[in-house]
Amino acid sequence: MSKKRVVSATINGNTTEFLCEPRQTLLEVLRNVLNMTGTKEGCTNGNCGSCTVLLNGRPVTSCLVLAVEADGASVRTIEGVACGSHLDPVQQCFLEGAALQCGICTPGFIMQTEALLEQNGHPTEADVRFHLAGNLCRCTGYDKIVRSVLAAAEFKRGEATT
Amino acid sequence: MPTVYIPPALRDLTGGVETVEGKGQTVRAVLVDLEPRYPGLTAKLCIDDALRPGLMVAVSGTMSRQGLRTPVPANAEVHFLPALGGG
Amino acid sequence: MATGEKRKYKVIGTRPLRHDGVDKLTGRAQYGADIRLTGMLHGVVLRSPHAHAKIKSIDTSAAAALPGVRAICTSADFPDQVGRIVELGEGAVNMRHLSANVMAHDKALYKGHAVAAVAADSIHIAEEAAKLIKIDYEPLPPVMEVLGAMRDDAPLLNDDVRMTEMGTVKPETKPSNVAAKFLFTKGDVTAGFAKADIIIEREFRTATVHQGYIEPHNATVLWNADGKVTVWMSTQGTFTARQQTAELVGIAVSDVKVVPMEIGGGFGGKISVYLPPVAAILSRKSGKPVQIQMERAAVFEATGPTPGSFMRVKVGATRDGKIVAGEAWIAFEAGAFPGSPIAPGCMCVFSCYDIPDARVEGYDVCVNKPRSNAYRAPGSTQVAFAMETVVDEICEKLGVDAAEFRIKNGAKEGTRRVDGPVYHRIGMIETVEAIRDSEHYQSKLTGPNRGRGIATGFWFNAGLKSAVVATVNLDGTVSLIEGSTDIGGSRTGIAMQLAETLGIAAEAVKPQVADTDSIGYTDVTGGSRVTFATGIAAVEAAKEIQKQMVERAALLWEVDSASVKYEDGKVIGPAEKSFSFAELAAKIHEVGGAVIGHGTSSSAEQGGAFGTHCVDVEVDPDTGKVQILRYTIAQDAGTAIHPSYVEGQMQGGVVQGIGWALNEEYFYDDKGVMRNATFLDYRIPTCYDVPMIETIIVEVPDPAHPYGVRGVGEVPICPPPAAIANAIHAAVGVRMRDLPMSPPKVCAAVMQKK
Ligand code: FES
Ligand code: FES
Repeated sequence: MSKKRVVSATINGNTTEFLCEPRQTLLEVLRNVLNMTGTKEGCTNGNCGSCTVLLNGRPVTSCLVLAVEADGASVRTIEGVACGSHLDPVQQCFLEGAALQCGICTPGFIMQTEALLEQNGHPTEADVRFHLAGNLCRCTGYDKIVRSVLAAAEFKRGEATT
Repeated sequence: MPTVYIPPALRDLTGGVETVEGKGQTVRAVLVDLEPRYPGLTAKLCIDDALRPGLMVAVSGTMSRQGLRTPVPANAEVHFLPALGGG
Repeated sequence: MATGEKRKYKVIGTRPLRHDGVDKLTGRAQYGADIRLTGMLHGVVLRSPHAHAKIKSIDTSAAAALPGVRAICTSADFPDQVGRIVELGEGAVNMRHLSANVMAHDKALYKGHAVAAVAADSIHIAEEAAKLIKIDYEPLPPVMEVLGAMRDDAPLLNDDVRMTEMGTVKPETKPSNVAAKFLFTKGDVTAGFAKADIIIEREFRTATVHQGYIEPHNATVLWNADGKVTVWMSTQGTFTARQQTAELVGIAVSDVKVVPMEIGGGFGGKISVYLPPVAAILSRKSGKPVQIQMERAAVFEATGPTPGSFMRVKVGATRDGKIVAGEAWIAFEAGAFPGSPIAPGCMCVFSCYDIPDARVEGYDVCVNKPRSNAYRAPGSTQVAFAMETVVDEICEKLGVDAAEFRIKNGAKEGTRRVDGPVYHRIGMIETVEAIRDSEHYQSKLTGPNRGRGIATGFWFNAGLKSAVVATVNLDGTVSLIEGSTDIGGSRTGIAMQLAETLGIAAEAVKPQVADTDSIGYTDVTGGSRVTFATGIAAVEAAKEIQKQMVERAALLWEVDSASVKYEDGKVIGPAEKSFSFAELAAKIHEVGGAVIGHGTSSSAEQGGAFGTHCVDVEVDPDTGKVQILRYTIAQDAGTAIHPSYVEGQMQGGVVQGIGWALNEEYFYDDKGVMRNATFLDYRIPTCYDVPMIETIIVEVPDPAHPYGVRGVGEVPICPPPAAIANAIHAAVGVRMRDLPMSPPKVCAAVMQKK
């Protein structure tokens, strides 16, 4: 076991310092060191997307990122999406659109959607399906997820014009 | 009188006959009535005065969880079926 | 879209926001792996690298010497189980087999079979320690395929397994891999086929597939110094998990408490226990709470799956399109221990049709794969693939419309099934009519290599036992405690039935799933039973509340309670006195203590559920890839409580069925090692693979439920493989009879035809 390192990152806007072993993934540190269990683990090898977080604004599967790589970076997780007691539009549309059943995939989908809508305010259904293809959901058949993402995009466009 | 459907695997006890009639107001009573005519039937279906694990009784198309106590109306059909679950 | 004239209900049929939605959208919901206890250790399970091997010795000394290792366990730490058969709510289980599945005894029966476990201060130490455990195996030849395993000279998995028929074993029977035989007959099948003008007989195979829930199995267990054991886990059934755990570690059921965490999918695969008994032993030995999370590879290699199968189906029909006889021979791979869903498979194969003469024979067969488990309408998808493909071929040969043929031959009230019972009111034909009349089916499909197929499916739906407790709060809300773990929003569906009965808003009910010490016995969340059976319990609890509220109002008004009635969410007394529910709730303490309603359900059995699906595909003849262009599902929901979640079950089931049809399968090498135990290589559908799934909710109320609910969770997975196979035939003229219909197979079939 090699020595623990001190890592300093901005997590959901807060400067956060933590100790970790070089072999620990960002997912493991979020869940087991920082007790931020909103980010989910489905496979630990980058195949399911349920551990998706934004690293410097880009979606990454946190099970494939070493925690030490987050040094100096900004990390956004599901815990940082809602603003106080207000759901973010993406969350609100998922809720109204019944886009979750068991909900284990939901944090990953929300983060991936945040990243999509950041880049593309006018996604088509095909854009949404392409962008979300790395996130697996076994419950919903994706129909209501895709519709909710499209609804969130529309909502955000409405917000931007008013 | 209630009609009892004999599962194919047990029809050697009834000389190959598919349905038999038995008197009684519960599944247990019906089996008691049938036993003298079809010796061994009860032993095949029951163990320790209960249906064998994995077996269920359906009365007139409705699966019952009450086993041998299940009430049997006068013209009912009685079936012995594998117990089912689901996913 | 719901059929039916006008709104009968205030709450039922509306789409309130789910009660647990915000927690799940903000990452606050606590799933099984999210619990953190002081001093908690992390456990790792060491698994067999061989598909079939004798375990000659296990040496744990080097692992035990590693700093940070707190406990190690092997099967020697578990009490001996006799081969007792225990009813676990969802079918009978042989305890010796269940125990040997949780931790291998003298033999490893599949790659990934648990052989030892370690608990340590960190997961990494536990992993290192597991590598230091030395196991001396004597590898044996594996048998991986159902027909091979049935041969007399096949390697034998379990020497205590002999073929049973109707629960009994013939005295002269030798041990074999064939664990059970089922036989169902109706009428005279030989005479029936003699009346047929056309007879189609075909053979089918389906691969082993996994439920594929995204959350791996997990368990966190504390074996306290007072001998009481608490288990935090995600499970489909807390009471079943409690009983299995208690039996396997040899303590009283009441000494175990199972706390249901949120559950990330199950589909039947989270009923059997794997980890809780292991974590319990490790906790007892270390004196600390132990958490184990399964790795994804282990989830594939050691849990689930649903059986691979071999099936022969023969159907005879007259020239004018009437089915006269059916015969089926079905063998399912049980996996390492007996218990595949062969019985329901046999009972479902002809369940959609009215067939005068029929015979079905089925076998439950052990092979060196993980012990199979329930998967959404267990056994029904396999047989629907076979039967519905044969039906399509008959329609093709007779030149009749596939929907009209199904309407003409469809099962209805009064139809006798091959397993004997007669159907009550069912909606099979209504679902076919809904598809026939749909814009999709009526539309023209054009373009090369495109085709349309339909198929129907059936599932029984279980009743089983449920309990709820509902307490009226002073602010007019009602706290609802239930024992049914909530996998897909059922909390809200149950709350809505309570709300409807009380005449209050769905939002005024606060549902909560409770642990095994806090609510009465409740069977698993499975068998499409929760909205039905727990719903009945909730309606009963609401009625009890109504009665007590009437009594309280009478006391408040100082009148005879016979002159007070509960109507439409109001309590109405003589002389135009009335209280709204909330007004009365605020006053109940003036004349008594808490108002609490209880409800249980146990005896009610559901009628069955049917669905008919229509799919358009395009086949790439060069690669064999099948693209789903359009998909519509019509399903009888009885009464849809929350249409969004009914649609969600339908859509989710369809997409799982599409995966089963086109991609999913366990690849084993000749040593019996699964070569695709990741989500990359065991490829479940992504959103890029599927279109929107159009839904038509048909409502033929089930008379066994006060609001007419039929379970909706399972039947949507049954028709997709057959519907897609039929569409592929329409597109490129080849009949696919081997699942999955993956590109290499479709490509080969197309080439061969050319
Ligand atoms: S847990 Fe990271 S992609 Fe599955
Ligand atoms: S909602 Fe269960 S995996 Fe997506």
